[in-house]
Amino acid sequence: MKSQPEANLVRGTPLDEKALKRGKTFSVIYEPRLRYGWDTGQAISRYLAELKEGRLIARSCRKCERIMIPPRMFCERCFRPTDKWAYVKDTGKIFTFSLCYVSWDVRRLKQPEIPAVIEIDGASPGMGILHVVKKIAPRKVRIGMAVRAVWKPKAKRIGSVTDIAYWEPIKN
Amino acid sequence: MPDGVAIIGVGFTSLQPSTPHLSFKELMFEAAQKAYLDAGVQSNEIDSFVTCAEDLNEGLSIFDEYTPDQLGAVQKPMHTLTQDGLHGIADALMQIRSGIAELVVVEAHSKASNVKTPEWLLDYALDPIYNRPLGFNPHAVAGLEMNVFLHETGIRAEHCAQVAAKNRRNALRNPVAAYPLALTPMHVESSPYVAYPLREAEIAERADGCVVVVLANEARAQSSQSKAAWIYGVGFANDSATLESRDWVRAEYVRIAAERAYRQASIQNPREIRLFEVDDTYAYKELQHLIALGLYCEGAEAGRSLETGETKPDGKIPVNVSGGALGMGLPLEASGLYRVVELVLQLRGQASARQLADVRLGLAQSWRGVPTTSGAVVILGTEQPK
Amino acid sequence: MSGRKVAMVGAGMTKFMHRALETPKELAWLAAKSALDSAVMNLNQIDCVVLGTAPDAFDGVHMKGEYLSDGCGGWKKPYLRCYVGGGTGVYAMAQAWFHVASGLFDTALVVCEEKMSSCLPHPQAAFLTIFDHITEQPLKPNLLWIFALEQNRYMQTYGIGLEDIARVSVKNKRNALDHPAAQLGANLTVKDVLASEVMAWPVHRLMVSPTSDGAAAVVLAGEEIARRLSDRPVWIQGVGWCLDTAYWTNRDLAYPEYVEKAAWTAYRMAGIREPRKEINIAEPYDPFAYKELHHLEGLQLAPKGQAPKLLADGVFERNGDLPVTPSGGLLGVGNPIAAAGLMKICELFWQLRGEAGPRQVPGKPERGVAQAWGDLMQVGTVVVMGTKEPA
Repeated sequence: MKSQPEANLVRGTPLDEKALKRGKTFSVIYEPRLRYGWDTGQAISRYLAELKEGRLIARSCRKCERIMIPPRMFCERCFRPTDKWAYVKDTGKIFTFSLCYVSWDVRRLKQPEIPAVIEIDGASPGMGILHVVKKIAPRKVRIGMAVRAVWKPKAKRIGSVTDIAYWEPIKN
Repeated sequence: MPDGVAIIGVGFTSLQPSTPHLSFKELMFEAAQKAYLDAGVQSNEIDSFVTCAEDLNEGLSIFDEYTPDQLGAVQKPMHTLTQDGLHGIADALMQIRSGIAELVVVEAHSKASNVKTPEWLLDYALDPIYNRPLGFNPHAVAGLEMNVFLHETGIRAEHCAQVAAKNRRNALRNPVAAYPLALTPMHVESSPYVAYPLREAEIAERADGCVVVVLANEARAQSSQSKAAWIYGVGFANDSATLESRDWVRAEYVRIAAERAYRQASIQNPREIRLFEVDDTYAYKELQHLIALGLYCEGAEAGRSLETGETKPDGKIPVNVSGGALGMGLPLEASGLYRVVELVLQLRGQASARQLADVRLGLAQSWRGVPTTSGAVVILGTEQPK
Repeated sequence: MSGRKVAMVGAGMTKFMHRALETPKELAWLAAKSALDSAVMNLNQIDCVVLGTAPDAFDGVHMKGEYLSDGCGGWKKPYLRCYVGGGTGVYAMAQAWFHVASGLFDTALVVCEEKMSSCLPHPQAAFLTIFDHITEQPLKPNLLWIFALEQNRYMQTYGIGLEDIARVSVKNKRNALDHPAAQLGANLTVKDVLASEVMAWPVHRLMVSPTSDGAAAVVLAGEEIARRLSDRPVWIQGVGWCLDTAYWTNRDLAYPEYVEKAAWTAYRMAGIREPRKEINIAEPYDPFAYKELHHLEGLQLAPKGQAPKLLADGVFERNGDLPVTPSGGLLGVGNPIAAAGLMKICELFWQLRGEAGPRQVPGKPERGVAQAWGDLMQVGTVVVMGTKEPA
């Protein structure tokens, strides 16, 4: 019985990077000129406005009794509109984290970025947001560690998740 | 057709040039709530969900990530089709016929207003090696096609202008429409050329909106609280992918799709169908699509029909009573579903000022816009097909 | 299982490469032609074409499905493109399955293609756009973040060590040495894997599959036609797919519920009650080494947190009790997203027909499961295939 896929029938021409850089292969370069202006809608517009004021806000559903962050105008579990706005704390616990030595555009970093999912105090258990942690030696970060938001100065806040500059450990 | 499949609910937002107060999620939630209410179903009864969306129209990659929550689809079967909503209807029908689902939801929306560079987006759809380097406005693809279409058929530019005027006027009676206008053909023919012979007033403007459709198998449809719109036939097809090898005169993708739909529906003569909601992204396309649907022979007949008013709401074969894309607006992948909405309302007798008499069968057709040759056809009727 | 029975009658694929000379259309064509040839069929006998391909951002073409249609054989034919991120490669099988099972089409050609190398400066950068545009992208996340966050949670929850995870890379890259299309077959030790640099702790470089160019294709047919076309069709016994919430930061990532739900849908359809006993081969999705273990647990093929032990005990080797990823997987063969998922389907096809040559698992396997994953840790897509016709 023949072995599949048959080696001599598996096609494809691997190109090496050097050949491409030396122009040994024709290529066409194109830079897309795409711009979007996304409507943030009811829920996220308020979220961003509150971030500018130095506060975190969530939405609650009285049927399942969850307090949800990031806020949303509909409860995805109960499939009904959410009921109320609810301020939550700007402290939380690290639910999970990583030490990342590669930037989003694939540059090597000497000091790692520390992305984390942070469970927010005041929201329902397990309600986390993505953010970054700083001011701690990478090898000391632990799941369950208590952290607090470090806000940018009011004049520098623009209504963005980056109005929180980073999260730092709460020292006892 | 074995095993009936029907639309038992529709929910939709009105089409608007922009929707600044709502995110796409909030638009979808609104349409979904309306659809489930109309269908008399709870979200947790739905077996499968289909979204019709293109990443780059949204500006987000892997767009299906962001669709389940606002449809009640969390931890349910859900997938995206990068196609028009009518392809989604075909997909849902196939799922139901395969026995894997009883209730399937199809959703499509447009936040076209959030795309700040629409022409560059269309440019991005052109072939990167053969076409883009030439640096032409993508609407020129339609201009090229319109030119040879008129030349070969003998249809005249003024006929296309009449299509634009007809559809904008029809939209005056459609509360969902974004661009109703008492437009005359003369106004159309004095609007500037965008890509000769295509004029600005012949190009549908984009609009925001969302449609959610609930499809059911025979048993669920028969027990449904709202009047079911039965699916008689579906078809979809692609023609050539490249500009260089395509048929520039005939909408082959529609001819193939329609043939399949007519055969399933056992329709010998398309004129048995009461109304047609066809793509008119560019005014000439309406005529090209009507020919491909078999309503007119190749040649000037389709153009002449505008002189007799045959395709007006009070004519023998009303086309785009809703106002079409020219009158309603072009909501990207949701275009076909807004046409389905019109058919469903007409079949139920709920089309108010637009209501035609004796509506038993209707046809919706979509095209995916330049530079594609992709389209779909759906035929709906009031009675369950035998 | 109601609806018409559907079988797979042909399969083909291209090499998986870091960068291919071929254009996306040419890659699709090579795979599609190879699949048709293997089934001894021509395009006229194909009623419809289903394309699976992941983000348009890589190939650099909007409405990529329309662009690829000619390379896939979708000319003057019913054609559509389905999409669930990384889950696409296995989901496309389910999509084509209901095309045929519904009775609307008798034969279907499924093509999955990816050309990631077109994206400059590096395909990885395009993954920025999968994160939420308002609440996440401003933080400049990269794909490594979300995998590392999940791997950490998985390890912490079940007390799993890095050696356990490194073993997956060792097994799969070694298996890939026997795959003619493989990009990254290698003989490695656990030590080698752990010595590779940390990309995003706890992820090491040799635990990550590469970006790749490549395509795969299969041919499906309704029962009467399948029996005519092939003396050994492989039957699609079950399909399932499941999409979880977009709010991934509101979920515990330690266990993939979406894979479990998709798997049970497929198992129920296939009449399977005890997956661990009734499945003979598994091809779970392995974009990162830990994911294979994570998915095996979701697939009910290992108790929660126990997959690493079974791996260490040799259960998942080719000659083990339950061979897992005999192909070499994404870690070994390569990861042109959608094509990688379909490659796993092709592997099951060849294994179940005894045609996998040096990769062949012993004992005449009758039934296999292929699974893909995608999105923000969200979607599970599962297909069960077997030599026995469904009842």
